[in-house]
Amino acid sequence: MQLPLPQIRVPFTPEQASTFAGEVDALYLYLVAITIFFSLTITTLIIYFAIRYRRRDPGELPRPRAGSLPLEVMWSVIPLMIAMTIFVWGASVYFRLYRAPQEAMEIYVVGKQWMWKFQHTTGQREINELHVPLGARIKLTMTTEDVIHSLYVPAFRVKTDVVPGKYTQMWFEPTKAGRYYLFCAEYCGTNHSGMGGYVYVMEPTEFQTWLAGGGSESAAAQGGKVFQERGCASCHRVELGGPAGRGPVLAGLFGEKQTLQNGESVTVDEAYIRESILNPQAKLAAGFQPIMPTYQGQVSEEQVLQLIAYIRSLSTETQSGGAGTVTGGVSPTTQRSNPLAPTAPRGANANTNANP
Amino acid sequence: MSTAITTEERAQDWRGRFRHTNYLNADYGIKSWLLTKDHKRIALLYLITVTFFFFLGGAYAVAIRLELMTPLGDLMQSHTYNKVFTHHGILMVFFFLIPSIPAILGNFLIPLMIGAKDLAFPRINLLSWYIYMLGGGITFWALLIGGVDTGWTFYVPYSTHFSNTYVVAAGLGIFINGFSSILTGLNFIVTIHTMRAPGMTWFRLPLFIWANYATSLIFILGTPVIAITILLIALERVARVGIFDPALGGDPVLFQHLFWFYSHPAVYIMLLPSMGVISELIATFSRKNIFGYTFVAFSSIAIAVFGFLVWGHHMFTSSQSVYAGLIFSVISYAVAIPSAVKVFNWTATLYKGSISWDTPMLYALFFIGLFLIGGMTGLFLAALGLDIHVHDTYFVVAHFHYIMVGGALMGYMGGLHYWWPKITGRMYPEVWGRFAALVIFVGFNLTFFPQFLLGYMGMPRRYHAYPVDEPLWQVLHVMSTAGASVLGLGLLIPGIYFIWSMRYGRFAPANPWPATGLEWRTPSPPPTENFAVTPIVTWEAYEFRPIEEMVVEGPGETPDQPAAPGHPTQRITPDTIKHDKE
Repeated sequence: MQLPLPQIRVPFTPEQASTFAGEVDALYLYLVAITIFFSLTITTLIIYFAIRYRRRDPGELPRPRAGSLPLEVMWSVIPLMIAMTIFVWGASVYFRLYRAPQEAMEIYVVGKQWMWKFQHTTGQREINELHVPLGARIKLTMTTEDVIHSLYVPAFRVKTDVVPGKYTQMWFEPTKAGRYYLFCAEYCGTNHSGMGGYVYVMEPTEFQTWLAGGGSESAAAQGGKVFQERGCASCHRVELGGPAGRGPVLAGLFGEKQTLQNGESVTVDEAYIRESILNPQAKLAAGFQPIMPTYQGQVSEEQVLQLIAYIRSLSTETQSGGAGTVTGGVSPTTQRSNPLAPTAPRGANANTNANP
Repeated sequence: MSTAITTEERAQDWRGRFRHTNYLNADYGIKSWLLTKDHKRIALLYLITVTFFFFLGGAYAVAIRLELMTPLGDLMQSHTYNKVFTHHGILMVFFFLIPSIPAILGNFLIPLMIGAKDLAFPRINLLSWYIYMLGGGITFWALLIGGVDTGWTFYVPYSTHFSNTYVVAAGLGIFINGFSSILTGLNFIVTIHTMRAPGMTWFRLPLFIWANYATSLIFILGTPVIAITILLIALERVARVGIFDPALGGDPVLFQHLFWFYSHPAVYIMLLPSMGVISELIATFSRKNIFGYTFVAFSSIAIAVFGFLVWGHHMFTSSQSVYAGLIFSVISYAVAIPSAVKVFNWTATLYKGSISWDTPMLYALFFIGLFLIGGMTGLFLAALGLDIHVHDTYFVVAHFHYIMVGGALMGYMGGLHYWWPKITGRMYPEVWGRFAALVIFVGFNLTFFPQFLLGYMGMPRRYHAYPVDEPLWQVLHVMSTAGASVLGLGLLIPGIYFIWSMRYGRFAPANPWPATGLEWRTPSPPPTENFAVTPIVTWEAYEFRPIEEMVVEGPGETPDQPAAPGHPTQRITPDTIKHDKE
């Protein structure tokens, strides 16, 4: 998605450090040009009229004028057409901003008064700092423990609210190594202006070194621990084959369609798993009793995300032969084989649906 | 009638009082004001209280700008700062901008402009003011006992579960105040429908009436929604009912939908009356009928209707559906068109006019320029992909201040100067008026233009401190603070000379500009019953005639008929106008 325009640093704009930055700036410049054109035209006319037709005699009585339909149509339709070009351009940028690519390096984000917590799938956790590799597509899956926040990186031109009770997503592809501001853009209480930090965009090799320095377990492994501690395993089996327990077998589940008690079906994604943990009765899988207790308030948002990472890993393990591939770093070159990427199960799922 | 007699000599007796009985001297004493049913006196009651809230809100703005002069939060603590910007927003939006033009100028002028003796429901009109006082009083009390820190937007779940401030008390004030708006809107609509003078057809109405009619529609249709929303916040906060709390099955984004369903149309509540004022000013001071009258009239209605369909453009980053975002974006562009039509028609009206540079006209011309920038930057914000970057930054802050201060406040100031002679019977000092208008214009641009740049550079709004290693940010903030000081001083000047002119200003003739509306065909200040004889309208709106023909309706209107006691003869001639202008 290379920008056709030359990379010019426009004054009074933040650094361009993602693939979106150039696109958003180009749209901005287009609008600035339109604004200058209309403002100058109208202002010049007004000043010219005000001077040219200034009142020279207190008794002046200019000739009244009726309106003009052709003029009214002209100055309604032309601005509308210009506005539509802005709309289409804005919408196309928005679609690219909104549609996260299937293959992306995933990072979990939890907002909390007043800090940003990041967790890499490889296990590293950060607060108010986010390290990402240059040139990789990064997808953030985000929620909050308390109020609404909004993750904003001006240099990337991206911003998305984190909303209690649901996951929002945001993605970007850094194009320039460096350190960039990270802000909370949605007012969230006393220390709102302190809720920020930096995004560090690193060369892929440096990023590998940084990842290796962390030395912690993967998010899936941490989720596995939560899974054992909470006794989930007493009802949910995590291997394929054999009878189900009191709850559905979790292996191979992620990305598949799950039939519900009421006959509808739902794709097992992050939002569904989260809901099933916190509000198990909401969408009950077909063939099971409503016996699962709620874990609302017992597991934190971060633990829910770790559990999701764990359940995802069960699917990818079974598909790729069960190898424990959830270690090691993710670089732009290796990310397509990222075991945690949703590509494989979702793709497979789509194919099976297409060929009944 | 000899031209040697000046307006002063005709209007005042030897003690400097008005000769004729008018709404100001018809009755004296505090009771005659607090129990008045005269729309003109009620307008003055609003003027006093709204001005109080305006200067209070302005004081908070000064505190914000002083804090932001330096990147560190060194003047006050974050908690205090959050309260300061919340109070600024609540006071300015709910207690200044929304009531300003409708409740003051609309109240005073709607009956005069349509040739009626009063509004349809004078008692309800007085009740509206008392409700406004009660609502304003409760909110003011909430600010005094500790204040609120939720921002004027009251976003949940912060306002319902996390803020430890007086959310319910402040909300109660706003809730009560809403009924004042609803009653005022109802009163205006009934009055405009039923009380027009004979011959005053819909398309002979001044455009100010059309604008207030459209505003009243929004008052009636929109205000109940914000009232319900605030009630839900109180229920959620006190009783934990779970409408917005996801843990109880609620949806926090639902709040934003409800809030903006009112608060976006509320922007047009602030702007439409101001546009109505501008139409009056442009016509009078270029002495021409408004170009494309029907287009300007219906664009007000179009704005009021479309204004209800665009609320989601405040929520492009809020996790609402991407398709909803597309629809809200495209309708937002649709609502821009009627506003553009107004600007083009105003400009066309100036063409081959007779343009005077009186203070109200300066405000009108400034309005067009500032509204252009405010409106055009609205197009930036409606562009989905671009809004993601600038949403919740200073770009938005600059944009809506260009609309609300550059638009609504300029229109209000212009209107106040224009009708000041009618309201008080005295002229404001013209030289000071022009000077203050210029100071306000310069101060305003210096305050808010740098904020566009700050916003695009990434400065989030509602920030108490900002990065120290961005020197350019501080430069722009210092410029903004400098501009705010100029703007603040500029706004004090009219405050001083308006008060001064009430005692020392020159007496105003009935039609000082001269203009065409019915309000100028009755003495300044008008008698309590507005018109001695109900006028019969036989002319179109803004039909300017040679000024020799412009007379005051009522007793003493013709030269051969002696002035009835209490009503001066006020015949306008080129000489008196020349004299009055000097």
